[in-house]
Amino acid sequence: MSSQVAEVNLKKLRPYGDIMDDGTVQLAFTLPVEASPEAREAAVLLTQKMGFEQIKVATMEKAADGFSFFVIYARLKHTVDFTQIKVLKVDAPKRARDDIDEIIKTQIGRKLIVLGACTGYDAHTVGIDAIMNMKGFAGDYGLERYQWLDARNLGAQVQSEELLKMAVEVKADAVLISKVVSQHNIHIKDMKELIQWAEKMGLKDQLIFVAGGPRVTHPMALECGFDAGFSVGTKPSDVASYIVEEFLRRQTKRELQAQAELAKKSKKGDVS
Amino acid sequence: MAHLQLDQVLVKQCRDLAQEIAKPVEKLIDSHTTVAIERATLRLIGVEGATQSNSQWVPQVNLIVEELRREGVLGRGVLHWFVNGMIQTHLSATELAEATALNKIRLTTFSQAPAQEIQEKSYALCQAARTHLVAQREIRDGLRASLKDKFDPQGKSGPILYVIVATGNIFEDVIQAKAAVQAGADAIAVIRSTAQSLLDFIPHGATTEGFGGTYATQENFRIMRRALDEEGHRIGRYIRLTNYCSGLCMPEIAALGAMERLDFLLNDAMYGILFRDINMKRTLIDQHFSRKIIALSRIVIHTGEDNYLTTADAVENGHQVLASQFINECFARHAGMTEDLMGLGHAQEMDPEHPDVFLLEIARAQMTRGIFPDAPIKFMPPTRFKCGDIFYSHLMDAMFNFVGVLTGQTIQLLGMPTEAMHTPLLQDRWMSIKNARYIFNGAKSLGQEIEFKAGGVIENWAAKVLNETHTHLGMIQSKGLFKAIQEKAFAEVSRTETGGKGHDGVVVRDPQYLNPFFEIL
Repeated sequence: MSSQVAEVNLKKLRPYGDIMDDGTVQLAFTLPVEASPEAREAAVLLTQKMGFEQIKVATMEKAADGFSFFVIYARLKHTVDFTQIKVLKVDAPKRARDDIDEIIKTQIGRKLIVLGACTGYDAHTVGIDAIMNMKGFAGDYGLERYQWLDARNLGAQVQSEELLKMAVEVKADAVLISKVVSQHNIHIKDMKELIQWAEKMGLKDQLIFVAGGPRVTHPMALECGFDAGFSVGTKPSDVASYIVEEFLRRQTKRELQAQAELAKKSKKGDVS
Repeated sequence: MAHLQLDQVLVKQCRDLAQEIAKPVEKLIDSHTTVAIERATLRLIGVEGATQSNSQWVPQVNLIVEELRREGVLGRGVLHWFVNGMIQTHLSATELAEATALNKIRLTTFSQAPAQEIQEKSYALCQAARTHLVAQREIRDGLRASLKDKFDPQGKSGPILYVIVATGNIFEDVIQAKAAVQAGADAIAVIRSTAQSLLDFIPHGATTEGFGGTYATQENFRIMRRALDEEGHRIGRYIRLTNYCSGLCMPEIAALGAMERLDFLLNDAMYGILFRDINMKRTLIDQHFSRKIIALSRIVIHTGEDNYLTTADAVENGHQVLASQFINECFARHAGMTEDLMGLGHAQEMDPEHPDVFLLEIARAQMTRGIFPDAPIKFMPPTRFKCGDIFYSHLMDAMFNFVGVLTGQTIQLLGMPTEAMHTPLLQDRWMSIKNARYIFNGAKSLGQEIEFKAGGVIENWAAKVLNETHTHLGMIQSKGLFKAIQEKAFAEVSRTETGGKGHDGVVVRDPQYLNPFFEIL
């Protein structure tokens, strides 16, 4: 039976509607001109320039005086080679809450201290609340619920410098920030600012820096100097899994360095 | 609209408890003023200029009031010093404000005119300000009468369509607002820049940059009011304008809103306390003066209880919303507001996958209507469970619209398919208005056909929420509002009496405190 349907060609991947490789895409956009035959033609020409063919204008609506709204179905000419795609991903095995608590208890032996906040003037706490607060998100309990995490949600509009001062005061291990407002790329500006402050205060390598938000991606967070970035749909246990893994990685590294240091010294014979 | 049986004795007891909760706070309100109240007082008598300092425009009202606060003499009221200055210099309010702001004059260095002279002149200035506010109100009421206006506080003619614009540029906002009106919107809210509630001054002039919204300034109010009046005339429908009267400049925004003929103001101290960490004393005192202005200008306030359901679970915490609405109702009444000005807020925020979720949402929306029959209640759309799947999101908004029209809500803030992504694009708003018009029209009279089954899920849920509200109010009453807030009575947020922003702007009134607005508004 399978021979009746074409196999997906991963070397030349294209969108799928109802026939393999049909390239079907739905588009919607507004043009700042009155709905008219000319507007419709403009929409088709623009769609062609985007790399589409067999363009069907499903509807042209007058959205307001001088504005026309289009829904268009068209077939994409382009393909991508799926086999060549490499994506930077947060590197940590996904663990359940109990396992994370157990690992911290046995391998670290003290509670990890995590501070969370919305920084800058961002007042939208829905993201940080979903990750930090007891209740959590989509049935996944928040970090406050973890026995071996000391999670503190500082809420909205915390300034970068204040957050870091607080991190020093409470000897935090990780700092989580949530950025929701992204007009004029304010989220990127604020994220970079936090890292600049951290560098100035000599905290960059002392803490694990994690960012989250609808416009945050892992590669973009790395670019801003963070250790990891999480986007929409992230659950608290995803974040906890990462923090623990990263902490252990750093702990192991420190231990190895200490051993090497020790070995060097003992060779010289100056260990008393 | 549909009718829901509610235990009226319990409703009455809730109102009584709320009154007892509000009473000690009202005492505090009546013995204090704030920097923002004093600034609003100056704005009302016509001080609206700004002076450039370090390449920034600083409002003159801030410079004048801050100087008096620093000298520790603000307890007498700004009018005492300012009006004495006017008497001594023979300058007008605008001239004196300018001279003071430029440091050419120090108000406290003048010799004092007789107390009676200062008082009489202050009364005359305040009376003139009042006359202006009443005239502006009458212009607005005239416009409403001459154009078609379907707004009815009791919601009997169906919910009005309320949408937001938030481009950051007031001129771009005008384009978006006019487009929304053409699509069918009845009310436009210009969302403020996300930091503005924490600014202790109102920016000056027309603004073209903001984050997540557009700054509320007197000039921006005028620009949008003019645009909506024009568009309203063109299409023969009165369009309501909304802005945000919360945060550290609450009384000043009320003054500007009244002068520039706004129709709706989001005005809620509880919101500022819980979600913006503004000091509770400061904002409750500010709120009272704001609401006095609002009462005179007959502006409809919108309260922010809907927000409680975005941080606390919406299924379990309906009682927090209702309890806060009862308290808000008391504070509004204390400021002289009538029921038809109290746009008490609530929201459809329950987990969409909760079993029988619409029964619970209908119960809550219908009981809000039933408990506040004369209030123009405001229904807020789902936000918490909104996601990037705009098609599902659009469907959630459709069900929200259905519950809104069925239960007789007055003001329906329309949800946007792209709620989880960005401030609305022109096409998002267009889709959303089309959605609401379809459902409001198609189910217009459905509520009148419906009686809820006695002892059924909906009636029982309403009874449960009302019972929990009663218990919750009892707890708050026994502890006092401030202590209860500290112990997370609302939205799972804790705030302290002396914590939060703006506490240093609270000033004890001198026995000779002068501000005739408290009497004549």
